[in-house]
Amino acid sequence: MAILSRRRFLQIGSGAGLAAAVSSAAPGAGWADLLGPAAPGDRIETVPTYCDLCFWKCGAIAYKKNGRLWKLEGNPADPLSRGRLCPRGTGGVGTHYDPDRLTAPLVRRRDRGDEEWVEVTWDEALAHVADKLRALAREHGPESLAFFSHGIGGNFLKHTFKAFGTPNLVAPSYAQCRGPRDIGFQLTFGEEVGTPERTDIANARCLVLLGSHLGENMHNSQVQEFADAVGSGATVIVADPRFSVAASKAKHYLPVKPGTDLALLLAWMNVLVTEELYDRELIEAHGFGFDSFRAEIALRTPEWAYPITTIDPETIRETAREMARHRPATLVHPGRHVTWYGDDAQRSRAVALLNALLGSWGRRGGFYYPASLPIPKYAGYPDYPKSARGPVDNPDGRYPFADLGLTNGIRAATLSGEPYPIKAWFVYATNLLQAMPSQEETIRAIQKLDLLVVVDTHPSEIAGWADVVLPESVYLERHDDLNTEPFRRPFVSLRQPVVEPPADQKPNWWIARELAGRLGLEAFYPWRDVEEYLDARLSGAGLSLAEMKRRGVFEGAAQPLYFDDGVPEEFPTPTGKIELWSPQLAEKGFDPVPRYTPHQEPPPGAFRLLFGRAPVHTFSRTQTNPLLAEAMPENEIWVNADVARRLGLASGRRVRLRNQDGVLSDPIAVKATERIRTDCVYLVHGFGHTAKGLRRARGRGASDAQLVTRYAVDPLMGATGMNVNFVTLEEA
Amino acid sequence: MARFGMVIDTLRCVGCMDCVIACKTENEVPEGFCRDWITTEVRGRFPTLTMEIRSERCNHCDRPPCVTCCPTGASHVEDFGSLVLIDHELCIGCKACLASCPYDARFVHPDGYADKCTFCVHRVRKGEAPACVAVCPTRCMHFGDLDDPQSEVSKLLASRRSHTLHPEAGTRPRIHFLT
Repeated sequence: MAILSRRRFLQIGSGAGLAAAVSSAAPGAGWADLLGPAAPGDRIETVPTYCDLCFWKCGAIAYKKNGRLWKLEGNPADPLSRGRLCPRGTGGVGTHYDPDRLTAPLVRRRDRGDEEWVEVTWDEALAHVADKLRALAREHGPESLAFFSHGIGGNFLKHTFKAFGTPNLVAPSYAQCRGPRDIGFQLTFGEEVGTPERTDIANARCLVLLGSHLGENMHNSQVQEFADAVGSGATVIVADPRFSVAASKAKHYLPVKPGTDLALLLAWMNVLVTEELYDRELIEAHGFGFDSFRAEIALRTPEWAYPITTIDPETIRETAREMARHRPATLVHPGRHVTWYGDDAQRSRAVALLNALLGSWGRRGGFYYPASLPIPKYAGYPDYPKSARGPVDNPDGRYPFADLGLTNGIRAATLSGEPYPIKAWFVYATNLLQAMPSQEETIRAIQKLDLLVVVDTHPSEIAGWADVVLPESVYLERHDDLNTEPFRRPFVSLRQPVVEPPADQKPNWWIARELAGRLGLEAFYPWRDVEEYLDARLSGAGLSLAEMKRRGVFEGAAQPLYFDDGVPEEFPTPTGKIELWSPQLAEKGFDPVPRYTPHQEPPPGAFRLLFGRAPVHTFSRTQTNPLLAEAMPENEIWVNADVARRLGLASGRRVRLRNQDGVLSDPIAVKATERIRTDCVYLVHGFGHTAKGLRRARGRGASDAQLVTRYAVDPLMGATGMNVNFVTLEEA
Repeated sequence: MARFGMVIDTLRCVGCMDCVIACKTENEVPEGFCRDWITTEVRGRFPTLTMEIRSERCNHCDRPPCVTCCPTGASHVEDFGSLVLIDHELCIGCKACLASCPYDARFVHPDGYADKCTFCVHRVRKGEAPACVAVCPTRCMHFGDLDDPQSEVSKLLASRRSHTLHPEAGTRPRIHFLT
């Protein structure tokens, strides 16, 4: 065997180029190891850009060897990566080489969902889409088109569809992710947490995480700061049904019963208020309705919370006192994916209120005031047409505090035809079948459409249901809009192509502009190519594209971050104060101080289905990346070790999960572990692919999305709580 | 002569596998193989648990059994940094070194030679840190000369509790885990 391998090596050696031949003749011990992967004479080039493996947009340096993509490193000049990418960003190389990528525009040949295609030219595909959209606009109005997108790559298409005249522009990052959190904070402080989160983890002396599994959830800057906080001896308090990686760093681990975090938060506030440990000065100066708040919170004693949360009262008191000891540098992390139980905006508001009592807003080690670089928008666009009809996703303001579009609202309107018909979906870079609850509803809505267009890099599940699939180049092969998101110091970063796409994939800006041209919207694209657009924007801020191409990132002057640095103590709520008791909520008939309402319990023998993140994957979009798939090829179902023993399930045994509605998952391996409660099971989101074209990922592990047939809609703002499903385990 | 080693802070490490993926891209490690990996050790009963997460690789031992057992001299201790390296040309792929390594750090490269972590000697020679150390988002990994009392690794070892893997094997491993 060894000799065969050796022979294979000699054959390869003799067939290789001159450099290899010279090298293999070179004498000297360990030459290959000493030389490493780049031989003398290899041509190494570097190109700065920013990452797209998730939405964090870390600055990266791409290395090419002899014209081929070699590796990616963090850009040391970038404030987000600080020179270090996360494992997904490092593995971004695999997105370019992934053999499962889409290569040409596709038009559906048979029934929707059959994944039977005819390859067409870009001209044919775009003409087909434009013809359909024009006909729909004539018959139903341009508002009958809904656009779903994720990430900065959607900017140009959004521009095209605003010009087309639809107000129905949505993203699952709101109603299936962080929306409730931002509403909870807005209702309290008048400002949202935003993205990247304005959390000053690096300077926190006490960090409280509720279900937020930093380190598994790999938002780069946050994880770097988390390690810094742990390294500098900050106290970490973790409440999670699962002993997460973060829990292993914690001084206090509270194995809270799933669905009861709100009760725990109220009890913590009870301790701070009754023991007068809160920031009295801040609350007296800036709090609204403290007396009413105190009267309500007085009822929520640790003894009240004990049977609900299963956390004993002394632990609740001890951890609350620990938080108070470190205030205002105690950060109760707001989380990001918070759509759990349908009362998520109120739970997030409780997180905001707890931070208010601790005085952490606007304080070092709490929440800082971020700033973004004032890069002007492109100046040469005409005004968008005014739509006569408003968006369909939130009719009559049913969810009074929703401030962005609801994907589930669009889906509901597509199904009902009310308040007016939605006839086309255009989907950019979001796999709606894995991102939204109830696949059955999504598919039923798709069947009502006259047109479903999907732009993706991969033949994802949603692409499988499309009428037209448009293959996009990956981030390493394209430009995107400038990243100017607010951070500690304002900055701008550039995404630019490193290598050519391997086949007929096109960048989103090109697709958006070509489609606009075919819809008679040429006036909305006065620039010839995206570099002209980028240069115009950068020039407006005294920068240039040429300089940005070299640097990748430009940082502006440092801004004050905290009240102590001179940030004005202002709270842009209607009362101008931190609303402890909320007049806004009272007016709309909601609890002005959050109240805990019990959620449905799993039936006997069933477990609550929980899902989360792994550090090497993003959503359902990285499972075919060869490097990331190798690091984690499939997910496992975490089952408490005692429970697994009782069920006769050893680690590695394949099971299927059956939910309360009889839906059966694909086979998934059991992970019998001490690291989880007995009343729930857990898996990493994004696996269990069913699309035929995802050859590397298909049939690997199970999909939580498939099992999330039920969801609880947040009455404040319409987000979908998804941790309300129960499963049993069956032999696979 | 320097004696390079690593000191890895398990309190900071989150086991994200960035070290594994950075090594694979840096060194063009073929699919199906890796030169470093993550080990997670859980102790206790829920919810009273402790967990140690470690980034592991070749220990570049002071007493390397892989060098002693190598019939051709391919596995050797390099003058530079006392690194344990492999001469691909001399290696016959006999796997004696694979069997002798208590850390299971070696594999046979598809091209036929024994392969493993080199501490990224090609980077270290240019004054750069190994790829795994340079990429780590938690900054839990430190590389340097264990013989230099002024080096960062020596100072960390002097100031914190630490352990090595399989000390009973007598190999004197040069990767130390801070706890």
